[in-house]
Amino acid sequence: MSERQFGDAVLSFDNVSISFGAVAALTGISFDIYEHEIVAIIGPNGAGKTTALNVINGVYQPTDGTITYKGEARTRMRPYQAAAQGIARTFQNVALFKGMNTLDNIMTGRNLKMKSNLFLQGLYWGPAQREEIEHRKAVEKIIDFLEIESVRKTVVGRLPFGLQKRVELGRALAAEPEILLLDEPMAGMNLEEKEDMCRFVLDVNDELGTTIVLIEHDMSVVMDISDRVIVLDYGRKISEGTPEVVRADQNVIDAYLGVTH
Amino acid sequence: MHPELAFAIEVLIAGLLSGVMYSLVALGFVLIFKASGIFNFAQGAMVLFAALTFVRILEMGVNFWLAIAVALAVMIVLAVVIERVMLRPLIAQPVIILFMATIGLNYFLEGFAQAVWDADVHGLDLGIPDVPWMSLLDSTNILISLFDVWSAVICGVLVLVLAFFFQKGRIGRALRAVADDNQAAMSVGIPLQQIWAIVWAAAGLVALVAGALWGQRLGVQFSISLVALKALPVLILGGFNSIAGAILGGLIIGATEKLAEVYLGPIIGGGIESWSAYFIAMLFLIFRPQGLFGEKIIERV
Repeated sequence: MSERQFGDAVLSFDNVSISFGAVAALTGISFDIYEHEIVAIIGPNGAGKTTALNVINGVYQPTDGTITYKGEARTRMRPYQAAAQGIARTFQNVALFKGMNTLDNIMTGRNLKMKSNLFLQGLYWGPAQREEIEHRKAVEKIIDFLEIESVRKTVVGRLPFGLQKRVELGRALAAEPEILLLDEPMAGMNLEEKEDMCRFVLDVNDELGTTIVLIEHDMSVVMDISDRVIVLDYGRKISEGTPEVVRADQNVIDAYLGVTH
Repeated sequence: MHPELAFAIEVLIAGLLSGVMYSLVALGFVLIFKASGIFNFAQGAMVLFAALTFVRILEMGVNFWLAIAVALAVMIVLAVVIERVMLRPLIAQPVIILFMATIGLNYFLEGFAQAVWDADVHGLDLGIPDVPWMSLLDSTNILISLFDVWSAVICGVLVLVLAFFFQKGRIGRALRAVADDNQAAMSVGIPLQQIWAIVWAAAGLVALVAGALWGQRLGVQFSISLVALKALPVLILGGFNSIAGAILGGLIIGATEKLAEVYLGPIIGGGIESWSAYFIAMLFLIFRPQGLFGEKIIERV
């Protein structure tokens, strides 16, 4: 692999904590995510990985600490605001619009890109119709890229899980995000599907320069595609670094093998 | 035309015309259900509230169209307030909680409407005469009220406009997305709050039109809030999340209700108009619970 170039820190956690009642989900987490890199967040079940993702895209507000995004300290925000600022995501259990077809699902990802007047949109006239066609083109490109042409008109609730994950990735890509959050993109997939998904993730990162933060349990995948790995355990960061560094870290080995603290 | 046949057609048409109005009220439910999965128990109270607001403003001597505009503005403000104080704090709560909240809203609105205005019966004249359509009567011997025709036209146009608005393009897609999965919709940048405010405002518009039309017939009073109950069998027939279903369901219920009353009524002793629709709805619940066009729920095992 050629020497990879990363930019400045685009997202920073500084001493971020969040607790639900008496349960501390994250405690004093600090890390930086740099432009154009692929970062994996790993850790045993219940380590706080998904919580971290939820904090990034505004589902949860940190109880303590600061999040800096694109140079600005972030105040309380909601998921759609995060989306408006260029953060797209997929979900662990696939949160597609199950009653809608592949095309419409991915089109929803263009929602923020659509600017024409609400009422023209409603009446589907003039500029609104032109806009719809233009966005449709962008979506068709994504469909080609993800090789899901054959299920373009299929209601996604009927698709196998592996394809649903792909459609969900498509919906996130449709927003042309700066940061893409992937929550277990390979979970429940067979080897071939995993290889496809890895290829898509690498291509997105490579061709579009999208920064990618992913949670994944498959260690061979994590070690293969990540530039850096952040390891969480019981809501605390226990290690961070390149795959090689993390793999050799005794803390990480202990966490995974369940050594008593 | 044979008088028997003319009478049958007359009954059928009258049924279809009132059916259009049921479609409109049902559409108010469908929009909210589609956008949030909530059955809005307060729809009837919204009808009362809208009609009372409208008639009381009229009684102040305000111009007719201005009164409509003001009443509509009040309904839009109401929608925004409902979203802000009731729906937003309940995001991500189970649907049953939201449903319970609409029950509370129903009683609040009923009381509030009558406290702000009053609990008297107010006559309302929309300027549409409730007289037979003479040229039709002369030529075919079919007796249809002009008022019924006009209200069906108004409701029909409104139903089509709303159906189109909420099904095509970005808004339609956003609405379906929000209905399908709140969290996912927010993550792709659809502002849930805005969509909710829009559908509640649309439901407010529907309530205003329904309230005004029924108000001329029955007088604006507490009992017009029961109009919403007429939409229940329509919803069961058409499916809770289908706009087309609301339209067709309304027509079917309107027509069968009247036909049953006239032709079946005398056989079983009359007075069946008020419950025949519910009977049809019950049959549907047994044999086709998702309604005519409702989305069939597929459960992966």
